[in-house]
Amino acid sequence: MGKVLMKGNEVIAEAAVHAGCKYYFGYPITPQSELVAYMAKRLPEVGGLFLQAESEVAAINMVYGAASAGVRVMTSSSSPGVSLKQEGISYLVGAELPAVIINVMRGGPGLGSIQPSQSDYFQATKGGGHGDYQIPVFAPATLQEIVDLMQDAFDIADRYRTPVYILGDGMLGQMMEPVEFTERKAAELPPKDWATTGTRGDGGPKITNSLRLDPDDLEKHNNHLQEKYSKIKENEVRFENYLTEDADYIVVAYGTVSRIAKNAIKKAREKGIKVGMIRPISLWPFPEKPFYETRENVKAYLTVEMSAGQMVEDVRLAVNGYKPVHFYGRTGGMVPSQEDILAEIIKMAGGDQ
Amino acid sequence: MLHEIIIAGFGGQGVMSMGQLLAYSGMHEDKQVSWLPSYGPEQRGGTANCSVIISDEPVGSPVISHPSVAIVLNKPSFDKFEPLVSPGGILIVNSSLVDKKSSRDDITVIEVPASEIANEIGEPKVANSVILGTFLKLTNAVSPDSIIEALKKVLPERRHNLIPANKVALEKGAELINK
Amino acid sequence: MMELVFERTNGLTEKPTHYCPGCTHGIIHRLVGEVLEEMDIIEDTVGVASVGCSVLAYDYFNCDMTQAAHGRAPAVATGIKRVLPKDRIVFTYQGDGDLASIGMAEIVHAAARGENITVIFVNNAIYGMTGGQMAPTSLVGQKTATSPFGRDIALQGSPIRVSELLATLDGASYIERVSTHDVASIIKAKKAIRKAFETQKNGLGFSMVEVLSTCPTNWGIDPKESLDWVKEKMIPEYPLGVYKDVKGGK
Repeated sequence: MGKVLMKGNEVIAEAAVHAGCKYYFGYPITPQSELVAYMAKRLPEVGGLFLQAESEVAAINMVYGAASAGVRVMTSSSSPGVSLKQEGISYLVGAELPAVIINVMRGGPGLGSIQPSQSDYFQATKGGGHGDYQIPVFAPATLQEIVDLMQDAFDIADRYRTPVYILGDGMLGQMMEPVEFTERKAAELPPKDWATTGTRGDGGPKITNSLRLDPDDLEKHNNHLQEKYSKIKENEVRFENYLTEDADYIVVAYGTVSRIAKNAIKKAREKGIKVGMIRPISLWPFPEKPFYETRENVKAYLTVEMSAGQMVEDVRLAVNGYKPVHFYGRTGGMVPSQEDILAEIIKMAGGDQ
Repeated sequence: MLHEIIIAGFGGQGVMSMGQLLAYSGMHEDKQVSWLPSYGPEQRGGTANCSVIISDEPVGSPVISHPSVAIVLNKPSFDKFEPLVSPGGILIVNSSLVDKKSSRDDITVIEVPASEIANEIGEPKVANSVILGTFLKLTNAVSPDSIIEALKKVLPERRHNLIPANKVALEKGAELINK
Repeated sequence: MMELVFERTNGLTEKPTHYCPGCTHGIIHRLVGEVLEEMDIIEDTVGVASVGCSVLAYDYFNCDMTQAAHGRAPAVATGIKRVLPKDRIVFTYQGDGDLASIGMAEIVHAAARGENITVIFVNNAIYGMTGGQMAPTSLVGQKTATSPFGRDIALQGSPIRVSELLATLDGASYIERVSTHDVASIIKAKKAIRKAFETQKNGLGFSMVEVLSTCPTNWGIDPKESLDWVKEKMIPEYPLGVYKDVKGGK
């Protein structure tokens, strides 16, 4: 197919189509409206369906219905809309239905702004809705990475019967970069013999359900979910180490912020500060290993986020008191500049060297 | 080679498509590119800008704090980006719409009377291509041929009649530097 | 040899229901089950249970079932219906709190889109499962746990007539309000339910049957009085009849 220049939101949509997703239910919200419009045009071309729901609440429940019928399905939104979807997401988890949910994050709380943000990290990685659960969360940093992660997201959703988040921000959604849609061999996945599609030809009635009134039964179900999460933790952690081998200091950043941080790291290295970066790609499960491997040798960590400090809590848990963990964040749609990050790196390293 | 370009002007002045044209051309030449728009209410009527990076290396941050080149098409953009151009960088000013003078002596300032030149060509729509011509002559970021190739892709078929005028505009813009 | 005069329908499972004595949910379940069986569509059907007293409906209907969040059954049904082959039948079974309060947006838009689904809307003018609170369909003056002095229009507004409301939408193809307070009305209710499923089978779009139902436990009266209450109090407020029948020219 060769390289094409596309907007991030469009790449998310096209990558989903390439991953075999033919069904989309959603509701418009800035800064991800291009995704909705792209799907409206594209899905009929592949014999699929785009339906604009009356609300985000309805959209996620349409996703629930479609997923219960065994098809690959997705929805997308931005922060305030994703808050509205939380009820449905908890039900998807409870009923163990696979689906992919995109959050192109914008500044909050409340109606907030429409500028880029990473302030829904807690919501995505620590639950968001009610109940004991986790959702795999992937955060691409480049448009090309979206292509791979979308395929992974649908495969993981089907393999573990779980909703999966792709977490981006307004910058990732709005920017353009060349991407290539490479065809990839379909993963071997278990059959969806649980789908409720009518019983004709497939035996007795089945039930898609998240209600378990018997506490013993519900505890068993929770234990089953937790076992599933252990497997996901074992198999689905993704991260990138950048110049960490000889590093005295490590910056931790994900998504678009990691790209800004990379520039700052290059500048810091020019000044003689040995600094590298750990970039979590899976935000849950959080990549703990690269911290276990570095926390003995480095002097300190600096977490940079477009939030008031959310991922930094997971970084501190992984570093576990071995070394100081500093934080630099911007909020409200403000984007940290490479100069700001460089200044923080220099500060961490004890001033100009 | 690394060009970090900010193009800024009124919404509707073609700022976004000018940036996209550069990104397409860079991609056409197998360079690494990114295009990042400012988005939101400021697109409508206010000042809009986009950041374009053209590089031999994979693009790091798509966000540019200090552009190597700033192309400013209106007065508010001049005020905002003139101080941010990195030392040794280039400021290209659409002097048809901006009557301000830069006081910086650590950057190259080029004034392009884009509208006047476009009117001379007989096609007011190609003012931005005049500026692109100047920009390309100064930086060699991409070749004018790649811009024409990109135009063929970006412009709808019914607008392809504008391509010859764009070609002339690119040349006229370049000539400003030869003089 | 004895003559067989009564048989359970294959449209329902053999599981005993949890409904209170005198509650007409069981009758309505049976009517739906019989219609599914008589139309030979049990195997083609996916039912959507809602939240409220009928939340466990997924255990009682003998077809594939999906349980939906409170009020969201029409959205869930939309998702199912839109991705399955066209010959599949999808219905929701919802109470008045679920459909007319928290799920008002979902039901209105499903009807407006002309979703080719069938809605069985059970209206007993009260929240049953949570213990007898005021519903959007509670009558003026009706005493409930949350309207202890009787529903007061100035404080709590007036009852919502859902059939009349949805009938104004072009997407709605068949809408009828029926009752279960005596044998004649039950026979009529079954006919309406059959007609609604046939509407869907013929691809005509949104169909809904509103069934007036009893709640002796939370109304605080006995089953016999409850049937009278439906007849004397509810029907005047919620007149029975066909509100929309696109095929029949209404």
